[in-house]
Amino acid sequence: MFSASNYVDKVDFAFIFITAISFALLILITILMIYFVFKYNRKKGVKPVNIHGNTTLEIIWTAIPVLLVIPMFYYGWVGFVEGNNPPKDSMTVKATAQMWKWTFEYPNGVKTDTMYVPQNRPVKVDLISIDVTHAFFVPAFRIKRDVVPNRNNMVWFTSENTGSFDIACAEYCGLNHSYMYSKVVVLKESEYADWLKIQTDKMNAAAITQ
Amino acid sequence: MSTHTSKVDNSVSYLEYQGKHKGLKAWIFSTDHKRIGLLYLVTMLFFFSIGVTFGFLMRLELLTPGKTIIDPQTYNSFFTLHGIIMIFLFIIPGLPAVFGNFFLPIMIGAKDVSFPRINLLSWWLFLLGGILAIVSVIMPGGAVDTGWTFYVPYSVRTGTNVWPALLAAFILGFSSILTGLNFVTTVHRLRAPGMSWFRLPLFIWSLYSTAWIQVLATPIIGITLLMVFFERVFGFGVFDPALGGDPVLYQHLFWIYSHPAVYIMILPAMGVISEIIPVFSRRTIFGYKFIAFSSIAIAFFGSLVWAHHMFTAGMSSPAMFIFSLLTFIVAIPSAIKVFNWVSTLYKGSIQTDPPLLYALAFIFLFAIGGFTGLIQGALSVNMHIHDTSFIVAHFHYVMFGGTGFGIFAALHYWFPKMFGRKYNLKTAKVGFWTLFVGFNVLYFPMFIMGWLGMPRRYYDYLPEFHIYHSISTYGSWILITGLIIMFTNLYIGYKRGAVTTEENPWGGETLEWQTMTPPPIENFDVIPEVTGDPYGYKQNDENETVKVKEAL
Ligand SMILES: [Cu+2]
Repeated sequence: MFSASNYVDKVDFAFIFITAISFALLILITILMIYFVFKYNRKKGVKPVNIHGNTTLEIIWTAIPVLLVIPMFYYGWVGFVEGNNPPKDSMTVKATAQMWKWTFEYPNGVKTDTMYVPQNRPVKVDLISIDVTHAFFVPAFRIKRDVVPNRNNMVWFTSENTGSFDIACAEYCGLNHSYMYSKVVVLKESEYADWLKIQTDKMNAAAITQ
Repeated sequence: MSTHTSKVDNSVSYLEYQGKHKGLKAWIFSTDHKRIGLLYLVTMLFFFSIGVTFGFLMRLELLTPGKTIIDPQTYNSFFTLHGIIMIFLFIIPGLPAVFGNFFLPIMIGAKDVSFPRINLLSWWLFLLGGILAIVSVIMPGGAVDTGWTFYVPYSVRTGTNVWPALLAAFILGFSSILTGLNFVTTVHRLRAPGMSWFRLPLFIWSLYSTAWIQVLATPIIGITLLMVFFERVFGFGVFDPALGGDPVLYQHLFWIYSHPAVYIMILPAMGVISEIIPVFSRRTIFGYKFIAFSSIAIAFFGSLVWAHHMFTAGMSSPAMFIFSLLTFIVAIPSAIKVFNWVSTLYKGSIQTDPPLLYALAFIFLFAIGGFTGLIQGALSVNMHIHDTSFIVAHFHYVMFGGTGFGIFAALHYWFPKMFGRKYNLKTAKVGFWTLFVGFNVLYFPMFIMGWLGMPRRYYDYLPEFHIYHSISTYGSWILITGLIIMFTNLYIGYKRGAVTTEENPWGGETLEWQTMTPPPIENFDVIPEVTGDPYGYKQNDENETVKVKEAL
């Protein structure tokens, strides 16, 4: 099985890990509450008992959550740090956000409004905003980064699947925020080369006619 | 004035008391903490109804893709106003300003707060700020559309009425600071004889922790919003990148207040739950000191996690590491509270009256809110779900399922004491269940679609999210039905409910249940001497042979 990006497995694992533990604890708390409400219902006429507390129990239910959240933190951390270090052989695409569209620029100067990238090749996306703050979000890749003016954020990914995936703006940016969608199209290496050649020729032809 | 004790007729209730003013003036110029509490209640519910209306219309718009009822600009204003109203005018003042004002002095055995006139001033500021926020909607220029977070640079560039909204939030901040100042001073100075710190009801502990955050953190939001104001008017250039400023600096300053503000919102609700559970279990609370200290721990650690709202904005790795780790740590004191509450049910004598139902629902919904907070605290997962409807679901579970249900619990709990009348218990339960079901149908689908990639603050959406949006909208109809049943029932109770002068209808042990119903103007004929813990239930002690091992 391939993943849409290098992050998917780690993010999904951390999510499932935390959700599973949380779900178990939620069920435990809920069942105890419901059980106590029925068992010790006033209608049964049992005399209540004062129990002021129990230090052993307090220590246990402080220590166990501490022990549980440490791996939660850890799995979140490892899936994240990878994103800080784009591989040396990454291809760079410059993504420019403005109200309310995206423009993508490739190393040789080609510009498009849909992003095209080759499969299995690390792609570093430089995030530039020319007006307000936006956010570059590809749900299928589990990546998101704010596109803040004057602050050159970046995000990188390697896509193992070909196909077309949504890019959304995830930081509120005004009137047409919800229409600020684009796509990232992942092509086989050879198809990508063909595509880039056609785009480059088009660009050069346009330059000559001007 | 009421400070000259000798001139006050303390035999009538605060509702009937005649001071130098008559009619409406006897309320809006009253310095009595109970009347001020009711002023807050009425104004807060008015603003709440407006906030609910905006929320309802937003959900209606999202019923179908594309335009359903309103255009995008209107939608953007609606979510902004919904946020501003619900946060600054309902959730933040809900418990401290309404129930804190009313019950804090009574529960510590005082005649009033330390500074009654400042207390009245804080309500006037609240009213002024609230009216300004509402008026900004109809002023020329268009209703504010920045989101309640006022993020720069958008908030500097948009042409809409940002300044009245900023000014409103600024004024409301002052109101909140004054309330906090009053509570800190009152708890320190005006406790009844024998009311030592560890005999304070847990609601008071939570208000005390909250009051410190209000005093310490609110000035930061005040000055920050003022700077945005100056940025717009004079082109300051602190935050606007076009002028060389830094938008991320704004986010830091904003969240340094607004994250602790989350605890201003939730701590008092936790306090209410800590009152209700022992009373309806007829036994002492489990782990009093742990619950009290966990409030302080939440207030402290909660002040150090603000940047977890900004994980995608770009920060150094060490900062990310520390803020994520602390976010997990801050969950621990909340977990401790939950375990102690559940343990308080153990071997009690439980009566599932409406206040307890709301309290138990609080635990369930707040737990979901807390657990999904852990999911967001994990950095890699945060990169995916930040600014999606997952977050919207999360904070509605905490703020509405938590604090909102806490406010409803408090209303049902203290209603007979405040008004000297009873509401219909059966109808209250019907309202509760409708509300509970509607709440989950409304907000749970947002977790799912958020995980699937539905961004928040979206007027429109891709077809694959239609099913979740429509279920959510149906949920909003159920929820509103529940709200209508609940408030109608309480209103009928207030107007026509059976009159009661019973001091202690629920069998509580805290001081508000030991005085007249409704309370007299000076709260007590004689200031009581406190001799035991607030949830003593001494009658249980004769059979307290049960020891720790059996408890395990
Ligand atoms: Cu955008």
